[in-house]
Amino acid sequence: MSARPAGPPVPRTVVLGATGLGLTALAAEVLPRVLGVPDDVLPPLSVILGALAAEVPTPQFRAALAATTVQWGLGLAIAVVLGVAVGVVLGSVPWLRRLTASTVEFLRPIPSVALVPLAVLVLGTQLRSALLLIVYASFWQVLVQTMYGVADVDPVAEQTARSYGLGRWARVRHVLWPTAQPYVATGVRLAAAVALILAITAELVIGSPGLGREIAAAQSGGATALVYGLVLVTGLLGLVVNVGVRALERRLLRWHVSVRGEVAP
Amino acid sequence: MLEVRGLRKVYTSRDRTVEALRDITFSVAAGELVCLVGPSGCGKTTLLKCLAGLLGPTGGEVRVEGRPVSGPPPGMAVVFQEYGRSLFPWMTVAQNVELPLRHKGRGRAERRRLVAESLAAVGLAHTPDAYPWQLSGGMQQRVAIARALAYEPHVMLMDEPFAAVDAQTRADLEDLIRTLWDRTGVTTLFVTHDIDEAVYLGERVVVLSSSPTVVQDDLPVDLPRERDQLDTRAMPRFTELRTRVYGEIRAAQRAAGRPDGA
Repeated sequence: MSARPAGPPVPRTVVLGATGLGLTALAAEVLPRVLGVPDDVLPPLSVILGALAAEVPTPQFRAALAATTVQWGLGLAIAVVLGVAVGVVLGSVPWLRRLTASTVEFLRPIPSVALVPLAVLVLGTQLRSALLLIVYASFWQVLVQTMYGVADVDPVAEQTARSYGLGRWARVRHVLWPTAQPYVATGVRLAAAVALILAITAELVIGSPGLGREIAAAQSGGATALVYGLVLVTGLLGLVVNVGVRALERRLLRWHVSVRGEVAP
Repeated sequence: MLEVRGLRKVYTSRDRTVEALRDITFSVAAGELVCLVGPSGCGKTTLLKCLAGLLGPTGGEVRVEGRPVSGPPPGMAVVFQEYGRSLFPWMTVAQNVELPLRHKGRGRAERRRLVAESLAAVGLAHTPDAYPWQLSGGMQQRVAIARALAYEPHVMLMDEPFAAVDAQTRADLEDLIRTLWDRTGVTTLFVTHDIDEAVYLGERVVVLSSSPTVVQDDLPVDLPRERDQLDTRAMPRFTELRTRVYGEIRAAQRAAGRPDGA
């Protein structure tokens, strides 16, 4: 008889992770005080959290958080739809893929931030220019992953579908799309992170409404603790995004090798 | 039911051409169970893909139910050797079996009946909701066979379906094929490289030569219709037939200058 307590044991990684986070927080609190770092350089964690706690209930903060989230979500959604559609078409038509490969390889490495002046020039400091940057940066992530996914269709699965009389559209739906899904999920996860970076960047640089603009405002007001606090919020947002996409991935791809080990008996 | 006349397939790449099939002529009558056996590398898979309408021949023609094949024929089901890749891992067993029926325009109730019946026929009535990758190799190939059965084909093609399963499973699956053929009478062409399997399963064995491939021999299997893994394989007639087929294949390999069939 084992004397194990009832309920699932807490995994070791969770314990270690929580401990690591706690130690980091402790260091962030203690080190500035011990080393005598001035508050306008690096305030202790409690001061940062205090400044943030004062900021969070304000309508201004909530509006900024909402604006960032909407820009991020909208930009990501457009990029995913475009990236998947173009990726499926380019991926399944070999001559089109060869025709566009060099162009894609040329356009993809252009840092989105380099397009800021252009976006402002053409679209002004509106939501549209922020969206343009977000979509441009995240589109490539989805496109490239989708094309990898389409290229991964198993010839035997494809022949099976053809031999049972499935037409082109049915094969896209039942063979190509499920095969590409894990790749698309990876693309979406990468794109989600990139989209958040670009959303904050656009707000900082262009001044479109959102957390980035609040950070810039706090900076010009010399509110160091608040700047740190808002940076923490953007980090937290990134974490929520990542965890959310991963959870979605696990749900949709429970059949896939990368997930099934955790679910199958 | 299935007629192959003067079938020829040449693969052309930039700097060389390979004649995979030279001149294949044979036919399978309605309700027959014919095994196609040949040395490895003789183009069995190429031939099967031409029959299934997945590959266009260079010359000659294939007719299924009187109609020339230019794409996958509607009344045909194919069971592939690579069951793990032929079944869709994102669908459950039942969904895999059902998918072709949805595209055949069968109603919901009928689909459900066909899926249940065909899974029961292969001994998998209890696992409709499992995913293929949760099953053993032999069970996965049973699912692929159930999918073919549910399709209610007029002709069934099987491409070395048991090449990747262990010996015991293989014997069970061979008997399953005999039983299903006995019960449904579906015209079946079974491709294999295993001489014993060809003689044990077939009512007729078509022997292919080495590449470039022609039909080397076409012999009826005059064994009792009721086959048994122990009794049938112990019959003198079984040994005679397998020795004859073996001899043919060895002669073909020798003629091609490859005594090992490597």
